[in-house]
Amino acid sequence: MGHPELAEKFVANTKRMHWHDKALWFVREKRDLAAHGIDEWEELRRVASEIKAHTINNLDTYLLEFEKNAKAKGIHVHWAKDANEHNQIVLKLLNEKGAKKLVKSKSMLTEECHLNPFLEENSIEVVDTDLGERIVQLRAETPSHIVLPAIHLKKEDVGTTFEEHLGTQKGNCDPTYLTREARKHLREKFLKADASLTGVNFAIAQTGGVVVCTNEGNADLGASLPKLHIASMGIEKIIPRLKDLSVFTRLLARSATGQPITSYTSHFHAPINGGEMHIIIVDNKRSNIIANEDFRQSLNCIRCGACINTCPVYRRSGGHSYGYTIPGPIGSTLGASKDLRSNKTLPFACTLCASCSNVCPIKINLHNQLYKHRQNVVKAGLLGFQKYTALKIATWVMKHPALMDFSGKMARKIVPKIPRSILYSKVNAWGRKRELPDFPKKSFKELYKERKK
Amino acid sequence: MTSKEAILNNIRKNLPDLKTKLPYTNISHMKYENKDEKFATSLKSVGGNAIWLQNETIDNFVKNSYKDLKVIVSTCKDVTCSNLNLEDIKDPHELKDVDLAIIEGEFGVAENGAIWVKNPPSVPRALYFIAKQLLIIVKKGEIVDTMHEAYEKIEFNESGYGTFISGPSKTADIEQSLVIGAHGPTDACVLFV
Repeated sequence: MGHPELAEKFVANTKRMHWHDKALWFVREKRDLAAHGIDEWEELRRVASEIKAHTINNLDTYLLEFEKNAKAKGIHVHWAKDANEHNQIVLKLLNEKGAKKLVKSKSMLTEECHLNPFLEENSIEVVDTDLGERIVQLRAETPSHIVLPAIHLKKEDVGTTFEEHLGTQKGNCDPTYLTREARKHLREKFLKADASLTGVNFAIAQTGGVVVCTNEGNADLGASLPKLHIASMGIEKIIPRLKDLSVFTRLLARSATGQPITSYTSHFHAPINGGEMHIIIVDNKRSNIIANEDFRQSLNCIRCGACINTCPVYRRSGGHSYGYTIPGPIGSTLGASKDLRSNKTLPFACTLCASCSNVCPIKINLHNQLYKHRQNVVKAGLLGFQKYTALKIATWVMKHPALMDFSGKMARKIVPKIPRSILYSKVNAWGRKRELPDFPKKSFKELYKERKK
Repeated sequence: MTSKEAILNNIRKNLPDLKTKLPYTNISHMKYENKDEKFATSLKSVGGNAIWLQNETIDNFVKNSYKDLKVIVSTCKDVTCSNLNLEDIKDPHELKDVDLAIIEGEFGVAENGAIWVKNPPSVPRALYFIAKQLLIIVKKGEIVDTMHEAYEKIEFNESGYGTFISGPSKTADIEQSLVIGAHGPTDACVLFV
């Protein structure tokens, strides 16, 4: 199913759609307040985009420098071409230590690799420890947002989920109560874990360490109890210097949730005493995107989610309507780059309003990318027959001015007389959720000519 | 061909021939006239609180501010009111019942209320996160304006772990309602001495 079909399900509940829209807009407004409080905000964005562009242009060098420095600090480094290889490495590391229980902090990469089902098939208990991720895990759903995984759910939904799985009080859906219960439940999981897996926000080539940013403290608690810590990162997470973090840490949380910084910005450069730390560097088709000038910038993303929060389509269609691991503008371009056929509807889940590009802390040209992807969808012959034909006819008419004038004149006369049942019949896909404006008596061209007289 | 070679080869094949320079990160940034005040405001906004100790010992402050706490651990030499010795801890799991961890912070950051905390080899890393409450001791006057200055002061030549801690742990994953106290400490106080 494509985005329109999945979105249709979401928008069927109008009240809930508006609630979702408002919830996200609230986050966007908090971002605005935080960003406007920094005089040098635009300068930070410029520097951040230059650092990222430079890093991607020299990615091989920085990856090798990172590996060398990480190894010198006693960290084990692994390379995975694709999702399967990544999952196999994780399983092998767990099996070597006889680890059966894994606590995981947020990692969209492991979602992309479908690590959880793979490990579960291999008799490993995987517990997502980020509250939002735990909620969706218990509900057998996927995150609907990269920063706010359970943003599609109301507290009542969480209440019933916890009632069922954690035995919380019936009908109690107070967020503080539910969070406390989750804390107790997950504390047990942390204490009994044999290994932990975290994502990576930044990997520093210069020092050979990784940085993980969380508010809940789940990544740190997980990584500091069991002896084995695995950190999974995409190849694009590299930054050259430690100092570069001064720019990114100022942008990340402000863009994401409007906070000045996350509660914890943790720099891992060694395992805990007597422990082991492993980093898995994953490609999974990212290196292909480098070749394409139109889409290269999408690799600069720091996953703050600002483009998602501001997107008028995301806010009204929900994260699950995208059918891709990462929703919203950034997910639509990454998904289309990775597999255009499967994600052919995503570039059209966009109004080309460019709000995403304007809030992006790395100044990624997101809306331009989606516009380019649309053209590629057409070139690849993946556009639906109805849409393709309609556009072809429109192009042909517009190329012939006399015909265009005539069609306009006829439309202005005929359309207002067509009965509603016919005008808004099934054939008119455009009119399903839209109303035609009143037709004017004269065209713009006619009005213009009259005025010139 | 190993996966490493395959990945690097594909990157090299696809790399554009663009010579771009790394920009300076130490851009001109905001300065605060009263750094203490800004730090306190920032920390308050993220659910923590800052206190400047006046004519009182840390021990006394702890006794007066944290009553009825059973297990107190300290990594500061000046503190004697702790009742669990870190040297006796063989496994970080033994820290699970710690009520208050008194730890040392290096410096604060005015713009965001964060404290840079280094992890010495003698302190189990879990302590910072497993304790119910956290008290971070920082020297008076050790506050920088922004993260630009903060990263000038940090290195990882010896240390294996360090973290910026900004307030207590928190979450807003249930309907955007902010709840203080997620998996880490439910309370975080910074004490300038």
